[in-house]
Amino acid sequence: MFLLAGRSFGISASFQEIGAICAPGNLAYLKNHRWKSGVWTLIFVVGIAFGGYIANNFLSHVPVEFLPPSLVSIGGAFRLLVGGLLVGFGARYAGGCTSGHAIMGISNLNWPSLIATAFFFVGGLGVTWGLGNLIFGGLGL
Amino acid sequence: MSVADTNLEQNPQSLGPEPASNRSDQFPGFSTTILPVAAIGTFFGIVLTKSEVVRWQRVHDMFLFREAHMYLIIATGILVAMVSILLIRKLGIKSVSQKTYAYRPRPFEPGVIFGGTIFGCGWAIAGACPGPIYSQIGGGQWMALFTLVGALAGTYLFAWLKPKLP
Repeated sequence: MFLLAGRSFGISASFQEIGAICAPGNLAYLKNHRWKSGVWTLIFVVGIAFGGYIANNFLSHVPVEFLPPSLVSIGGAFRLLVGGLLVGFGARYAGGCTSGHAIMGISNLNWPSLIATAFFFVGGLGVTWGLGNLIFGGLGL
Repeated sequence: MSVADTNLEQNPQSLGPEPASNRSDQFPGFSTTILPVAAIGTFFGIVLTKSEVVRWQRVHDMFLFREAHMYLIIATGILVAMVSILLIRKLGIKSVSQKTYAYRPRPFEPGVIFGGTIFGCGWAIAGACPGPIYSQIGGGQWMALFTLVGALAGTYLFAWLKPKLP
């Protein structure tokens, strides 16, 4: 990534980018974002989507099952919406997501990233094991 | 401060918020940034999809410790990145646009703990971290649009609450 593009690898910053372009309003976090030089994040995620399309349509014998059937429903849409909300909020609050913190941060020996990754799992394990029965109970998984 | 702007020409030591006017805001070059980023993005999307990181079930099984699949993929990613960075640094390799490697450390702040935990919750519920959301949509799983809308709403919520958060 760095060699070809001279950029630091990260994905969740694209959320901030979209927000900054579409409707910054009076929110300083979005308004002061230098969106022009961040345009590459959008190109990157469009590329990721395109890669998903290629992989699923031309490189897979059986289509990939992205979500279990139980999530493809009204209740599932609600759960995805809530999950997405937490992902967007948390990723920007923590300053990165799995790619930025766990992969790039740890490999650069950046210790706050290691802590962030640990707390990604605190949250994930907490929900899956603690609240798991409430959220996934009916899925029979 | 946004991670998106890790422009390596800039001083890697400059941390913390600074006025937008202090730094240049220009569209990146087509051949130096846009084209390579699009190519890497496409490749990354294929990798994410074929490695099944994009599957909700894989993420769920990771958190249940049912299978090592995800842990091995993440560990491999860290290992490969670490060795690459080590080589780039030791050999002083420059990017195609002649920049030297500089990592701008991400500072420690309360958000790392609170935001990290919140992110983890969302990861477990939606079964996707930001990258896979995009490749789910690209792969034809339109339900993932709900996840994306949620994530954007979460970003707005954060932008709105930011002055009040620790």
